[in-house]
Amino acid sequence: MTNIGTIYKKEILSFFNSPVAYITIIVFLLINSWFFTSTFFLINQSDLRQLFSLAPLTFLFFVPAITMSLVAKEKNDGTLEFLTTMPISDTEIIVGKFLSAVSLLSTALLFTLIHFLTLMIVGTNIDIGSLISGYLGLIILGAAYTSIGIFASTITENQITSFIISFLIIFIFFILNKILILVPDFLTSIIQYISIDYHLSNISKGVIDTRNIIYFGSIITFFLMLSTRILEMRKWR
Amino acid sequence: MIKIENLSKSFGTVEAVKDVSFVVNDGEILGFLGPNGAGKTTTIRTITSYLAPTKGNVYINDLNVNDNPDEIRKQIGYLAEHNPLYDEMVVYDFLEFVANIRQIPAVDFKARLKDVTELCGLKKVIYRPIKELSKGFRQRVGLAQAIIHDPKILILDEPTTGLDPNQIVEIRGLIKALGKEKTVIISSHILQEIQATADRTIIINNGEIVADGTVEELMSSFKGHTMLELELKNANKEDIHNLTSINEDIKIDSVLENKNNIISKLEYPNNIDPREEIFNYALGKNWKILEMTRHKVSLEDIFRTLTVEGGENND
Ligand SMILES: Nc1ncnc2c1ncn2[C@@H]1O[C@H](COP(=O)(O)OP(=O)(O)OP(=O)(O)O)[C@@H](O)[C@H]1O
Ligand SMILES: [Mg+2]
Repeated sequence: MTNIGTIYKKEILSFFNSPVAYITIIVFLLINSWFFTSTFFLINQSDLRQLFSLAPLTFLFFVPAITMSLVAKEKNDGTLEFLTTMPISDTEIIVGKFLSAVSLLSTALLFTLIHFLTLMIVGTNIDIGSLISGYLGLIILGAAYTSIGIFASTITENQITSFIISFLIIFIFFILNKILILVPDFLTSIIQYISIDYHLSNISKGVIDTRNIIYFGSIITFFLMLSTRILEMRKWR
Repeated sequence: MIKIENLSKSFGTVEAVKDVSFVVNDGEILGFLGPNGAGKTTTIRTITSYLAPTKGNVYINDLNVNDNPDEIRKQIGYLAEHNPLYDEMVVYDFLEFVANIRQIPAVDFKARLKDVTELCGLKKVIYRPIKELSKGFRQRVGLAQAIIHDPKILILDEPTTGLDPNQIVEIRGLIKALGKEKTVIISSHILQEIQATADRTIIINNGEIVADGTVEELMSSFKGHTMLELELKNANKEDIHNLTSINEDIKIDSVLENKNNIISKLEYPNNIDPREEIFNYALGKNWKILEMTRHKVSLEDIFRTLTVEGGENND
């Protein structure tokens, strides 16, 4: 456990030692603000769902950008040999890195609270309950994306390749719900269950049920375990 | 004690290490010598459990490395080839990070840090980012990282590559000092390095051990031999190999072309003296002998003789 903390701290430090953290937070905030305010003034209405439908789309770009270096760069620089020959398990390495990326993403996300504060100041009525569950849903979604990003980062030494692979996998999960009309009837419920969107729409409506939690939990566990296996595979090449 | 038992490691069809066995005793500094691509790094990586053996076993104090990687790694300090470090980190943060993973209690960290910074001469650079350091200082950080937990076993894969001569002497001194109380494996493809630091030398070539012993032992096994260096004009490389027809005990160790001349090193047992025949042979071929020097076998010659085949066709 302490090892996970050590890795976590190291990654957070390196996020903030490099421009990655700042660029992520600022660009994320700018994009979201731009969409948010433009639709806000356009339709002249305030709606939580603006952000909650937009953020998953921005995550599609940001998560691969945050995670692409996490393992791939260590492979490329040779530091993975240094790290994996320390008394620390591959699982601890993966989980530590995963948590650090989720934290960075959550931090960027929480900055968007500014919008809602603004809205509240100008007197708009906002349901705190659904605000919290909406943010929670986005963080869980971001964590699921991040586990995919970590996986992509373990299978290559090249950060750009890592970016593209995680982007593609996340994209598939992302559009599944949107192609439902194209699939035969008997498959729809399965596809729907696999689709990230479907579960997210529940959560952002303020409904967090165990099925959603199990769903996201399984994605995260699956991809983190897969990443660990891939790290271990170096031994048997 | 480190025991390597019938170790083989293949990468696809490449057999990097073939059925290698040796023992490193407690407190010994073992020099692991071999040309590029010989299998040094691969062997070392199975000891540090970065790679698993394809066949065979590695034991450290009777513990199988492959079954107890965490336990083993606690006992080892490891400086990997090319000294990979987190460049963007400050030296202090980096060593603290290592100490944390090594689970050195915070109260002991200050003392350990003081020890290793003094030993490795890092005081000046302790608050500098690693990426700004010169190669020599980087190497010291790599060593500091490897000894911060005061391990019983120290494994160094080519620790002096890329250093200038002064830095090399310094790092070697450091390794020798560390070796007084630790079991050390130091790999190198430079003979002088091993000669300067190691108690015992293992020479590996093409994945196989070709010599194992102290420098004296290696020398004495070759003592009965004489080396002859020839510099010839008008000769060609292929023809030189026909010199073995004079006496089948003659061995051609190397043939080099230098401008128009050929420089060749021969080796033969002390009980024969083929110099006259060589002279006559050269005369018959119309070669001009510019130089013919006899000298005693040096460790350098032994290394070259043992590793002459195959060493250069890898990497
Ligand atoms: N990951 C790998 N995949 C494929 N082949 C490898 C791999 N690692 C090493 N080899 C091959 O195994 C052989 C031994 O390599 P190794 O790195 O152990 O040699 P070395 O003695 O350390 O050489 P050097 O002095 O150049 O560091 C070489 O032929 C090398 O090409
Ligand atoms: Mg090597």
